Amino acid sequence: MSAITIEYFAVFRAQAKRASEDVPFDGSSLTEIFESARIRHGFALSRDSVHVAVNDAYASWDAVLNPGDRVVFIPPVSGG
Amino acid sequence: MEIPVLVPALPAAFSLATEDIDAVTLRAALENRAAGACVTFEGIVRDHNDGRAVDRLEYEAYPALALREGEAIMAEARARFNLLGALCVHRTGALEIGGMAVWVGVSAAHRGAAFDACRYIIDEVKHRVPIWKREFYADGTVEWVGCAGCAEEGHQHGGPHSITTSQQ
Repeated sequence: MSAITIEYFAVFRAQAKRASEDVPFDGSSLTEIFESARIRHGFALSRDSVHVAVNDAYASWDAVLNPGDRVVFIPPVSGG
Repeated sequence: MEIPVLVPALPAAFSLATEDIDAVTLRAALENRAAGACVTFEGIVRDHNDGRAVDRLEYEAYPALALREGEAIMAEARARFNLLGALCVHRTGALEIGGMAVWVGVSAAHRGAAFDACRYIIDEVKHRVPIWKREFYADGTVEWVGCAGCAEEGHQHGGPHSITTSQQ
C-alpha cells in the first residue's frame, strides 16, 4: 500500500485524538503533510515551532519521502 | 566444562524509566578507581511554573527517537570531555511534586570535565530529546508545556489562550 504513516505524540496526539493515521503517498512534501494535518486536526502550533522525524530520526522539512515512511511531528520538547 | 564468564550488564548510557529513578544504584555504576570526581544532577518536579501552582505532571516520550538522540548526546559528551563514565535516565509517566524527573551522573579523573560534561548532558537533553511535560495546575487546568495556546479541550473554556512559554 502506498501510504505514509503519521504518528502523533503529546499535544498533537491530544488534538488529533489518535496515535497515528495513514495518508496517501502522493508526492506531498513534509510541509504539505503537516499543513494538511494542522488544518484537519486544528493544531495550534505552526510549522516554524515544530520539528519533524522520519523513521525515528530527526529530518529536515525538505527531506524526500518514500512509501511506507513513518513521520512524526515534534512539538517543542520540554523534558528535564 | 565451560566456566561461565560473568560480565556485569552495563546499563545503556541513556535510558527511559517508567518507575522511580534509583540514584544510589546509578551512582554505584559510575564507581571507578581512576575517578577523582563524580558529578550528579537530579531534576526534580517543583510546585510551580511560570507563576502557576503545579499539582503534578506527566512526561511522555517518543521512545525510539528519545533513545537515539539521548545516546547521541552521551557519545558527544564522551568525545568532548575526558570522562570515565556517564549515565542519564529520564522518567516518563506520572510524577508528584518532589519526584525525580531526570538523573545525570558523570565520573572523570578531574572535576572540571565532570562538571562540564554533566551540564552539557542535561542542557542538550532538555533541548533535543523528544520528551514532553504535561502540567496539571492547582486551578484544574492542564497544559502541554511549550505549547502556548494549546489548551486541552475540556479543561479550559473560553477566554484568551493562556500564554505559557517553555523554559528550555
